[in-house]
Amino acid sequence: MPGFMLGKTHVPHRKNTAGMESVRMPVPETVIIPTSQHIGAPATPTVKVGDTVYVGTKIGEAGGYVSSPIHSSVSGKVKKIDSLLLVGGRSCAAIVIESDGLMTPDPSVAPPKVDNLDGFIAAVRESGLVGLGGAGFPTAVKLDAEKKGLIHRLVINGAECEPYITSDTLTMRNDADYIREGVKLLQKYLTLEEVFIGIESNKPDCIEKLRETFSYDETVKVVSLPSTYPQGAEKVLIYNTTGLIVPEGGLPADVGCLVMNVTSVAFLAKYFETGMPLVEKCVTVDGSAIKNPMNVIAPIGTPVEKLIEFTGGFSKEPGKIMYGGPMMGSAMYSAEYPVLKNTNAIVALDKKDAKPPVQRNCIHCGRCVAACPIGLNPTLFARSMKVEDKAERAARLEEAKIGLCMECGCCSFVCPSARPLVQTNRLAKADLRANGAKK
Amino acid sequence: MNKLTVSSSPHIHTSNSTQRIMLDVIIALLPTAVAGTVIFGLGSLLVMGVCVATAILSEFLFNIIVKKEQTVSDLSAIVTGLILALNLRADTPWWQCMLGTVFAIIVVKCLFGGLGCNFANPAITGRIFMMMSFASAVGGGAVPSIVEVSSSATPLELISGNKAGALPSLWDMLLGLRGGAIGEVCALAILLGFAYLVYRKVIHFETPLIFVGTVFVLSLIITNDLTLSLYQVLSGGLLFGAVFMATDYVTTPITRTGKMVFAVGCGLITVLIRFFGSYPEGVSFAILLMNILSPYIEKWTAKRPLGGKKA
Ligand code: SF4
Ligand code: SF4
Repeated sequence: MPGFMLGKTHVPHRKNTAGMESVRMPVPETVIIPTSQHIGAPATPTVKVGDTVYVGTKIGEAGGYVSSPIHSSVSGKVKKIDSLLLVGGRSCAAIVIESDGLMTPDPSVAPPKVDNLDGFIAAVRESGLVGLGGAGFPTAVKLDAEKKGLIHRLVINGAECEPYITSDTLTMRNDADYIREGVKLLQKYLTLEEVFIGIESNKPDCIEKLRETFSYDETVKVVSLPSTYPQGAEKVLIYNTTGLIVPEGGLPADVGCLVMNVTSVAFLAKYFETGMPLVEKCVTVDGSAIKNPMNVIAPIGTPVEKLIEFTGGFSKEPGKIMYGGPMMGSAMYSAEYPVLKNTNAIVALDKKDAKPPVQRNCIHCGRCVAACPIGLNPTLFARSMKVEDKAERAARLEEAKIGLCMECGCCSFVCPSARPLVQTNRLAKADLRANGAKK
Repeated sequence: MNKLTVSSSPHIHTSNSTQRIMLDVIIALLPTAVAGTVIFGLGSLLVMGVCVATAILSEFLFNIIVKKEQTVSDLSAIVTGLILALNLRADTPWWQCMLGTVFAIIVVKCLFGGLGCNFANPAITGRIFMMMSFASAVGGGAVPSIVEVSSSATPLELISGNKAGALPSLWDMLLGLRGGAIGEVCALAILLGFAYLVYRKVIHFETPLIFVGTVFVLSLIITNDLTLSLYQVLSGGLLFGAVFMATDYVTTPITRTGKMVFAVGCGLITVLIRFFGSYPEGVSFAILLMNILSPYIEKWTAKRPLGGKKA
């Protein structure tokens, strides 16, 4: 553990659902399962319209090395295969399945039989598991680093630093045994010298529970992290638990780390017990426009409007609905979007909260610089973007290290002039990709 | 369903705002403004009124003329006007106040692109402009109206031997019963404002502390006299400048380390001017000079990002 910890932005916690148990929602009439719910190539559909599917039936094959298969989350019939404009701006195919309401599991679903690393990775790949905490990077691809002998430590993310979200808290509170079994599996197939579990100090019960669960194993360390944002950001988490610094342009594996979210680890254990792939998620539904905030277990593909309807609907007219928390979540165009594998929350803000704050000129106050966990100067990116000359602009962006920005949102959050810093950084990254190639 | 807003994350924002920060600075200036009025009489109010009104009006009109979005609501013009006024003598003619303010707002701030785009502190530049144009507006000469003072010379002029007379006691210096500009004399009022700004997290405590500390230590080394060094700290525009002008965001380095370097530089130059220059007072020039060096300090003190390779 390092002497001082990174990430010190005080964002409101608003964990209204922290004390609540999760509720399973009734099977929706239809589910929409996009072929791209992960980083990498979309899955290739393996079903046709009219096909009968069951819970856990594979309906899309991984479309490349960095990709993941997808599975039906209900039993029923494939109604159509549509194109869906994802919130990131890309489009992909989406398989729409009409549920028969029976939730019959696929007869082929059985615990995977595995006795070596290759088999383990293959099984994880088949489970459809992707990083559940955030970006949705296929887990099996991360595990591949083990084959090169790169992984020595497992860092488990239980920080849950975004406002509102409590789905990981529930996993830690209720599924500690699964987390333990998941860790044991990973210890069995990977060469793990140490395991770190980072949890924000605002969840003392989870820290307590996991310390107890792992009291038998000295190599597992439960680290209490400060309750400040962004503890869950990969580089921050690695530094705050292990003291290691991921180098620029590098991956956690470069410092021997494998990072997984707590819920992902618990899922692994469940999957090896039952063989049921990733077909449902516990989702926190909250925000100023939500009448009854709660944690809902929903089949993947459940339309967000149905999910919200189940919780009791809106209390106020929604102004903005997003996947994930308000710091890094992505706003959606309509509530018809489905719950995805990596959806841990749906946050709906009312009109008032959705209204953007008044923007003014940058007053050079330095709050963004002080807030950036990476130690970047966000004002430099904004200034560099004003440079006309493409090559010069690219050089300046590179010098200011735009590539290190993890889009955590701290800078924009603290800016008293409400400068759109994160947005500028995204544009800057795209700009550098476009113009850096000409070098 | 009706229209949803789709925008880039983050979707929540601090409750702090630039307007609130400016309001805090104005609040922090109030004790000094009140003290100045008590000490120098109603003339102070006139100077402050003229400067603030001129500041608001010139920014307002400028924005209209160049068809820019109106920015007066950010309150920064009021801050500039008030700080400039507090840098002036209570008996400064109104037209001089107006000219100085117009210079500060239009030439130094608006022409460079408005709030945040100026490279030098508008109030300081305004003050220096007035010092050059009508020497009597700033600094010495003003006599507190509430007490008998034996000489109209400022303590700094007395110390530097430019003028003859008895020094006010240190206690009087703390209260502000001495000659000088409206806002620079009452140390207690300034410290009150300082405490408020630190409490509201508008400024870091280091900048003023290091600035004043540098002046004190260097004075001690040069004079080898504790009392004289204390006079150095309490006299001239040092405290006021250190708290309200050397902490300006726009014209100082953006990093905390940079701000510390900036403060040391200000202290150093102030002492150099006070002891070895021809002006008895060096605070304004020191800050202005460091304003100009700010971008370099900023570059030089840039943080090394986590995991960043050396470029
Ligand atoms: S610059 Fe990037 S990494 Fe730094 S605070 Fe802003 S979004 Fe986060
Ligand atoms: S926080 Fe905003 S106003 Fe302050 S320096 Fe950063 S961009 Fe400028």
